[in-house]
Order: sequence, then C-alpha cells, then structure tokens
Amino acid sequence: MSQHSSTYVPKSAFGKWFESRLPIASLIHSSFIAYPVPRNINYFWTFGAILSFMLASQILTGVFLAMYYTPHASLAFQSVEHIMRDVNFGWLIRYMHANGASMFFVAVYIHIFRGIYYGSYKAPREILWILGVIIYGLMMATAFMGYVLPWGQMSFWGATVITNILAAIPVIGDTIQSLLWGGYSVGNPTLNRFFSIHYLLPFMIAGVVVLHVWALHVPGQNNPTGVPIKSDKDWVPFTPFATIKDLFATAVFMLVFAWFIFYIPNYMGHADNYVPANPSVTPAHIVPEWYFLPFYAILRAIPDKLGGVIAMFASIAVLAFLPWLDTSKVRSTSYRPLYKQFFWILVADTLLLGWLGAKPPEGWYVIVSQIATAYYFIHFLVILPLLGFIERPLPLPNSILESVLGQKGGAGLPSGANAEPQSKG
Amino acid sequence: MMKRTLLIAAAVLGLSAPAIASEGSTPPQLKWSFSGPFGKFDEAQLQRGFKVYREVCSSCHSLNYVAFRNLAQPGGPGFSEAQVRALAAEYKVQDGPNEAGDMFERAGRPADHFPAPFPNENAAAAANGGKAPPDLSLMPKARTYERGFPWFIFDIFTQFAETGPDYVVAVLNGYHEAPAGFSVPAGGHYNTSFPGNVIAMPKPLSDGQVEYPKGPDGKSPVPETVDQYARDVTAFLMWTAEPHLDARKRIGFQVMLFLLVLSGLLYFTKKKIWARVEH
Repeated sequence: MSQHSSTYVPKSAFGKWFESRLPIASLIHSSFIAYPVPRNINYFWTFGAILSFMLASQILTGVFLAMYYTPHASLAFQSVEHIMRDVNFGWLIRYMHANGASMFFVAVYIHIFRGIYYGSYKAPREILWILGVIIYGLMMATAFMGYVLPWGQMSFWGATVITNILAAIPVIGDTIQSLLWGGYSVGNPTLNRFFSIHYLLPFMIAGVVVLHVWALHVPGQNNPTGVPIKSDKDWVPFTPFATIKDLFATAVFMLVFAWFIFYIPNYMGHADNYVPANPSVTPAHIVPEWYFLPFYAILRAIPDKLGGVIAMFASIAVLAFLPWLDTSKVRSTSYRPLYKQFFWILVADTLLLGWLGAKPPEGWYVIVSQIATAYYFIHFLVILPLLGFIERPLPLPNSILESVLGQKGGAGLPSGANAEPQSKG
Repeated sequence: MMKRTLLIAAAVLGLSAPAIASEGSTPPQLKWSFSGPFGKFDEAQLQRGFKVYREVCSSCHSLNYVAFRNLAQPGGPGFSEAQVRALAAEYKVQDGPNEAGDMFERAGRPADHFPAPFPNENAAAAANGGKAPPDLSLMPKARTYERGFPWFIFDIFTQFAETGPDYVVAVLNGYHEAPAGFSVPAGGHYNTSFPGNVIAMPKPLSDGQVEYPKGPDGKSPVPETVDQYARDVTAFLMWTAEPHLDARKRIGFQVMLFLLVLSGLLYFTKKKIWARVEH
C-alpha cells in the first residue's frame, strides 16, 4: 500500500545517509512495521509467519547436516548413523530436519486450505496465489529428494517408483528419466544429483517467497470477511499487532514441532528407511511420505500409467487456475452457505485420498480411489464454476469494522485502532 | 480457532499411517522403561540384554554401528571405562596395513566397532542357508507393524512409539509348532509373529540358556526365560538403535517447559496489545 510506505523517517545522520543510497530500512519499515493489517484476521493468518520460520529452520538444520552427510551410495546411510550417534546433538539436528519437513507441510496445507476457504486467490491476488502454488511444487520436489538422501530402503524404492513414472511422459520421458538417474537405474549418480538439487531448491523457494510476500503487500492481506480495507478504522499496523500474534502462534506451533522431535521422532517416517538401500530386495509396500499420499492415490487410481501421471500433475496444477475456476464474486466462504459444504467435502475427500494412498492398490481401495479422484476434479472443474451462478450468498458486511462490531453486538464505537497506535498496550 | 487448527493438523498428521504388510499376529503391547515422556533405559536390563546378544545373537548377527566405547557412554548400559577396555581386549580386530603392507590382528580397543561374525555379506549368506542375518544395530527402529485406524492417530497423543520393540519380542517369542496343514518349507521355521509365518532364523533362545548375574540371595532377580531374554535383548537393541534416547527425552521436557512459558508470556502480551482493539 503505497500511501503507507513513506512514513519512515531516518533519525540519525548515518540513517539519512544510508537511506538516500539504499532505502532498505524504509522498505522493512513499510513491510513489517507500518504495514496495514486487517484488524479482523484470525489465527489462520499466522501460518505465513510459521512457514517462514519453518523454511529458515529447514535451511539452517540442513546446512549443518550437510557438513557431516556423505552423498555416496555406499556411505550415505552410514554417515546418517554417524550423525545420529557420534556428532554432538546430531540426533537433534537430524530429527529437527526430518520432522521439520513434515511440519512444513502441515503448515502449508493449513495455509492453502485457509486460502481456499477465504477466497484469498481471487482478484487482485491471483499472482500471489500462483506464486504460492509454485512454492508448493518446489517444496514437494525438495522433500522428495530429501527423503532419498538417507539411502534407506524407502529412499531407494521411493526414488525408483517416482522416477519410473516420469518415463511415462511421451517423447521426452526417457531422456528426463536417464538425466535424473545419471545412468540406467537409481544409483550413486542419482544420489549425487538429488543431493545437489536438494541443496539448491530451498534457496529457490526462499526467492519465490520474497516474490510471494511482495505480491501480498501490493493488494494487502485478505481477511475472514473478504471485504477489502476501506477506511483507516479497518486496519491496525503490522507492528505490534500482527508481530505479537505471529510470535505467539509460532511458539505454539513450535510446541507441536518439539512434541514430534523429542517424543515421537520416527512417527512420520517409515521403519523401512532404517534398513540400508538394497536394490535386490523390494519392500512389501512402497509408500511415499504422508504429505504425498493424496497425489499418490490419484496416480494409482488411473489404470493407465500415462493417464495416472497426467492426473497426478493435473491435481496440483488445477490449483493454479482456481482464481478463474471460481466464478463467485464473494471471497469468503463464511458468506457462501452452499460452497461451505462443498469446501468441507473437498477437505474430507483429500483426507480420504491420503488414507487410500497408504493402502495397497487392490480390491475396493482401487474403486474408492477412483471415485475420490473423480470427485476431486469434479469439485474444481464442475462444482466450483457452477456454484458462482447458482448460489445466493449471504449479505456481506459493508466494512471490516462493521463486521467486527456486529460480532460484538454493536457495542459502541471503539477508539480507532490506528488513530493513536503508539499509546496502545 | 486455534483448537480447530490443531484438530485439522492432527487429522492431516494422522495420514502418516505406516503401511507395512503384517500377516503375522499383532504383537502384544509391552511395558518398556524407555516409553513415555520420562522414559529412560534400565542399566541392569541393558547389561543383561548385552549378555544375551553376546552369547547368543552375535554368533550370526553383526552390530556394525556400535563401538565398544558406546557401552560406557551416558544413557547406556553403564559399563565403566575399565570394563569396556577389558571387554574390547577380548576381541580380535583386523587392522593394517602395517609398514610392511600386511594386514594384522590385534586386541580390540574401545574405539573399535564390534567385529562382525562374517567377513562379508556373501559369507554370512553362505553360512546361513542363503540369506545373510541382518545387522542388529537398528533392528527395533527398522521393524514395525501396522497400527491401523484410529490407533495411529491416538499414538500421536499417547506417544506410543514402541511398535518396533514389541514386534521384535513377539518374533523371538513366536516360535511354535506349525499348525496341522501348514507346510513349512525346508530351511524355514514356523513363527506366529513373522509376516508370512515362515522365518529363516531357527529358534534362537531357550529357557535357562543365558546365565544372569545373581542377586544377594544367590538367585537372578529376573527369570531366566525366553520371554525375559527377548525383552532384555530387545531393550539393549533399542539402545543400540537410539543411543541418545535418554538425553532426547530429558532435553525434550526442558524444551517443552521453556516453550510453554514462552507461549504463555507471548499470549498475555498479545492479549494486552490487542485489548483495546475490537477484532
């Protein structure tokens, strides 16, 4: 919001000197201090901060792990055990990194479903949303390659299954596959490539995150009503209001994170990955990490290999088209009684697909997977576009302020939140 | 709102059901000293388990990731440095090449890892009917059984993480006569808990096989039975799989306390800051 970007005035002589040469202080000030935040946003809006924390945590622990890890087919497993046993607090760093990946996805799924529920992808936030889908894709690639690095049984066979599906792509599939493998099967060159790319992608994520935050700060944050900021009574400054709320939510999230790290550190993993990779022994069930399970179910639901690959990629790509598939003018699902039901059905459908992804592809699991996959696409391609025409939304509040006061029973006009922000607290 | 967030998180997390085929019977849940938030290894049990490993398992199974010195480190079986030095010296370790370029054997040192019973995997397989006995260093973490819905969701909150040890004990206790009509292939052994019910390993333990240290009354404080041996050796292997478990849970409690206080302080700060803003 450009009208708020010029409130920063450097006080010191050095500050003035620096500001005239590189106005980074005013950029930070306008983005994280004076930045207007809708006063009614709830705790679902803290997941941006939580995700930033998780990205930093993953990069930091990853850098330390890379100091001890050896990306070689005959040494990788051993080097991970060396970290777990002999490196001071190596077990802590590795459990933080391994569970951190899962917590990162927990946070991103809540963040994505929050965006879907409150219509945060609708104009003028389409680019912001698409950048988010790109980050999500990069996260999946990073997580997949990271899981291969310990070179356990599930690492090896997961890599084999996933790289094999790429071969189904017509014309270029084989080339992509042998480029990834660095040979004719998953082996040492594959491990080296994956390690290199696993180290590269997080920094690409960080780059896209900068764009994501930039694209957020142009239209500003959405809020539970979906009604844009109209007056100065609708918002509060980022600092201290959003800052403290984000900090509190991050601390609570860290409690959950710590629960996993210290008490059930292997809950998210597979026992098979504590068995060193063995190309001549196939595990009974090859299952990806939990955060891939819905897509794995979609992949296996289609009887044709190429069809399965297309469906899997399409199930992620369809998210990027959400701003145009949703024809409703109303952003927030709170005012869309019909869509609200379909939203929760979609959540249930995704959870069902996740559960099916962990099951062997046999018997009635296959049929249910096919129904759930079909519903997933019907939701986005049929229900969502039609609802905008059929549904009669509830009346929207005229402003954020009105919605806030309405909730509290219209008790008097509050002292303007930002009229004198310095005197707060 | 936070409650709903956590519920959703819990539901999403719940999807990480381990999917391991298990045609064997579900192992019974045992009491372990190292389970739960304040769990720690029982030194006496680890020492007994080590004795079982040494006298029984080690003739076929390696323990590649464990060094003698580990036996004296905190949170382990609690052997003294001198005991470990004496123990290591009982083993012959191959070293070299020396200045003449020859490999030679010398007495083990605390820094050495446990020597494997076979020089390589092929030798191990050849001596054991075609299948090499697996390394035991990580066994209780490398095996599990499927918990199924809804138990895998409850396990997050109860911290139940002992499916591996329970399974290992169940297999060691699972040797029985094959039921009528079940044909056990040559070189196989019937086991109620092993997937498929046929295991290559012959029944390794029998009652009274390993002599446990005597208490003041001249008797072992625990029974010298297959079930007790199985529990003890599994506890020992859980320690070899997760040697820093004690420290992990101890530090974990401190971290949880710190984060609880921090969250509390941040919550009241947040409340105060937002107090005059209707939201």
